[in-house]
Formats: sequence, structure tokens, C-alpha cells
Amino acid sequence: MITFHGVSKIYPNQSAALDDVSFKIGKGEFVSLVGKSGAGKSTIIKLLTGEEKPTKGRVLFDNYEVNKLKANELPQLRRQIGTIFQDFKLLPTKNAYENVAFALEVAARPQKDIDDLVPQVLDMVGLGERRRSFPHELSGGEKQRVAIARAMIHRPAVVIADEPTGNLDPINAAEIIKLLLKINSLGTTVILATHSREIVDALEKRVIILDNGRLVKDDAKGKYMIV
Amino acid sequence: MITTLSRILKYGLQNFQRNGWLSVATIAVMLLVLLTFQGVIIFGATGGKALEEFQDKIDISVYFRPEVSEDQILKVEEALEQVKEVKAVEYVSKDKALEIFKIQHQDESVISSALAELEDNPLLASLNVKAKDPNDYSTIASYLEGESLKSVIEKVTFKENRLVIERLASLVSTGRKVGLFVVLFLSVIAALVVFNTIRIAIYSNREEIGVLRLVGASNGFINGPYVVSGAIYGVIAAAATMIFTVPAVLFAAPYVSVFIPSMDLTQYLTANLFSLLVYQLFFGVGLGVVSSAIAIRRYLKI
Repeated sequence: MITFHGVSKIYPNQSAALDDVSFKIGKGEFVSLVGKSGAGKSTIIKLLTGEEKPTKGRVLFDNYEVNKLKANELPQLRRQIGTIFQDFKLLPTKNAYENVAFALEVAARPQKDIDDLVPQVLDMVGLGERRRSFPHELSGGEKQRVAIARAMIHRPAVVIADEPTGNLDPINAAEIIKLLLKINSLGTTVILATHSREIVDALEKRVIILDNGRLVKDDAKGKYMIV
Repeated sequence: MITTLSRILKYGLQNFQRNGWLSVATIAVMLLVLLTFQGVIIFGATGGKALEEFQDKIDISVYFRPEVSEDQILKVEEALEQVKEVKAVEYVSKDKALEIFKIQHQDESVISSALAELEDNPLLASLNVKAKDPNDYSTIASYLEGESLKSVIEKVTFKENRLVIERLASLVSTGRKVGLFVVLFLSVIAALVVFNTIRIAIYSNREEIGVLRLVGASNGFINGPYVVSGAIYGVIAAAATMIFTVPAVLFAAPYVSVFIPSMDLTQYLTANLFSLLVYQLFFGVGLGVVSSAIAIRRYLKI
């Protein structure tokens, strides 16, 4: 479903952020991308969502050849991908419900769908009761759950989580990982970029290890390793 | 499609509100442009009317010597009617001239008592000649000043009027040109202000724009609200222009009609209220939309 084929990315005035990276991710997999800061995890995510173009190689997602998509084709791709970030990226002026709803609004979904789907997804992440709260009234863990709800609202084929637990305490972090596993068990592919050894080791799922832009290890049931 | 449009409108309105003071300043500058534009339109209409009225008043008056008989005058009239540049010829007899004179000066007791003293009618019979085109008067004048008529004609008056009319015409056309130039100049300034306002709006919303992209908002959905705010500036400025115009015109109307009796500004305004509003809307919205579109192209990287 996702294929990186000999992908390199060189930012101007910098050494290679990715160097000839190839891998495949199948439907329904749960994959952890691990490595130090600057190893290339974020670059892989940006290439996948079309935010950046590879310097060399091909990035395939389902039927999309992401590296060849035009600006006006990107929104379609992005509606197939749910993204979750360390800093949540919620809109401070909207409450939890609105933060989730507007992802459907901008995709031109009818109001009826929005009224049906948003409460469902908020219930799924355990925030049914807090739907009227604004981000500043929510804890870090709760904010991240709103972000997950927003990522899930399109029923995307894949959810990409970029350090989703980076700003959270271990208990909240564990909750978020549990939620990602639940999403995965419902058939959604999950890509988790992290540098937390505890999380990766506890998952016992596939691990791709990056170092200095190179793919150094790809284990079906991996452990976090320092290379 | 309709849901998307209404959502774009909603977000546009939101942008507009969130940039409160900036919006007010932008609208104020646009208001200045539209008021000037409105002024040029109304000045043009008034000036045109004045010109029309004066042109209608131009005629050549041919005064005949006192000894010339009415038959002779009527012959000249017939001859003049054959001249192709002539639109109409009106005969004013001595008695009629006196009558007109009396009416014109009825409030002035000195003149009326002086007239009563006179036994003879001192006024001359005349023909008032109107041309089809104001430019033809010189042709007609030269015909009248020809040798054949010299013996019967006392004087031909026309030159004084002509100068006034030419001056008025050039005044109106220069006024229009200067007005349009000012409109153009102010438009550029207003466009820059709108441009900057939208730029700041884009800057202060950059996080939201990032999130919009993240969740797969189409480009139109990201751009649209800014174009909508530009249009809202135009609509409000146009409406405000009309609100300022109406009392100003009502105030000026009596003064204008002193100078140009046939120009009823109040009536002009009521008759043209709708089309004036449409012009203002077109101009205002056009200005707003174009300048925000430029700002979007420049600052909103998708």
C-alpha cells in the first residue's frame, strides 16, 4: 500500500536527509519508525503527505504516485491520510467538537454526515463528555485524543503519528498508544514515528530503524536499537 | 458545492471579524475611493446637464433696424430656414420683445417706471436662430453677416455666449479627467491597503492554514475566505458611500438648482439610486477581490 523506492531527499545547503531508502508497508500493518532526531523520520512523513518532494526515487501510496502529484491533487491524498503531531496542531479558537468537525467541513461533506460522525469519533477516543471544551481547557493527553479524532474522521487508510507522545507523561502516552493499537485493530495502517524505547519495545510490532537518513534495520518484530 | 460555498463565506466572515480594526481601516480607505468615484459620477452628470442647458440657450439673435418692416423680416426668416445647419428660427416682434422684457424685470421698479415714461417701444424686432450643432453657429453667423443682409440688420449677437459655453465644456471635461485620475490614484492606494490587510490576515492565520492543508482542505477552501473578506470590504464601503452620498446630495441640491435650473439633483439621485449603488458595488468588490487575490498569490503558498 505504501512503497518507498530508492528515495533520497537532499535539502538545499544540507547533507542528505534521506539516502536511498526503500521499504514497503502493507495494509493493516503497525510500523514504528525509530531513530534519533534528524535521522529522517519526519522527512519520510513529509514525503508521504506530499509536503516535500523527493530529490530522487518514487513514493507510492495506493494508486497515487505522491512525488508526481500536483498542488491541486494533494488535498485528495491528504484526506486518505490521518496525521497526528507532537504539538497537536489544534485550532485554539475552536472547541473539541469544532476542531474535529471542520476537517469534514473543508472536505465538503454534508452537514448531516458531520452531525453523525463527529460524536461517534469523539466517543471512540473517550472525549464524548468534553466535546464543548476548548484546547486550553484540555490536558495534553486529551488534546492528543482530539487530534486523533480529527485524524480518524475521514476514515483514512493510514494514520501517521509523528512523536505523538513527545509532550505527554508516561500514563497519557500509554493511553495514546493504546488508542493507536485500537485504530490499527480496526484495519487502519498505523505508522508511528518515535524515539521512545519503552513504547517500541512494548509494542512488539514491525520496526524500521533510521540513522543519518539511511535505513539500517527493518524487523518484523523489532526492538529499539542504538546503532 | 453549495455547502462548500456557504462554508467559505462563513470563514470569510470570520476572518473579517477577527481582523476588526484592520478591517475598519481598510474599509475607510476604500470608502475614500468610492466617494471620489461617486463624486466624479455626480459631477459628470451635473456638468453634462449644465452644458446641455447652456447649449440649448445658445442662439444667434439677429436684431433688425427699426425701419425694417415685418414682411422683410419674415422673408429673412424663410431664407434662414432653408439653411441646412439651422434647426429653428423664432420671430420676436417689437411688442413681444417688450413683453418679455417687462416680465423679466417686473420686480425692478426703477426699470418698469422708466419704461412707462417712454412713449415709443425702444426694443428691436429680432430672429432667434438655433443651430443643429453648436459648432455650426459660426457658419450661420457668417451667412448673416454677408453683404445681402447688411442693410437690414442692426446687430448679430452670438460671440459672447460662445466663449462661455466653450469654457464650461472644457471645465466639465477637465473636471472629469482630473476626477478619474484622482480615483485611479486612490484606487492604487486602497489596493495596497487591502493587499496588506489580507497579508496580515494570512500571516496571523498561518497555523490554521497549516492545519487546513493537513486535513486535506482544497485550495479553493483555503483561498476562498480571503477573497470573501476582500469582497466584504467592498460591499461595506459601497453601502457606506451611499449613506454618505444621500445627505450630501440632498444638502447640495438647492444650491445646484440655482445655477442650473433644469438640474434637480434630488430627483437625479432617486432616479439613479440603484444604478449608483451597483456601480459602487462593482467597483468596491472588484477592488477588494483583485487586491486580495494578489495577496493570496503572493503570500499563501499551498
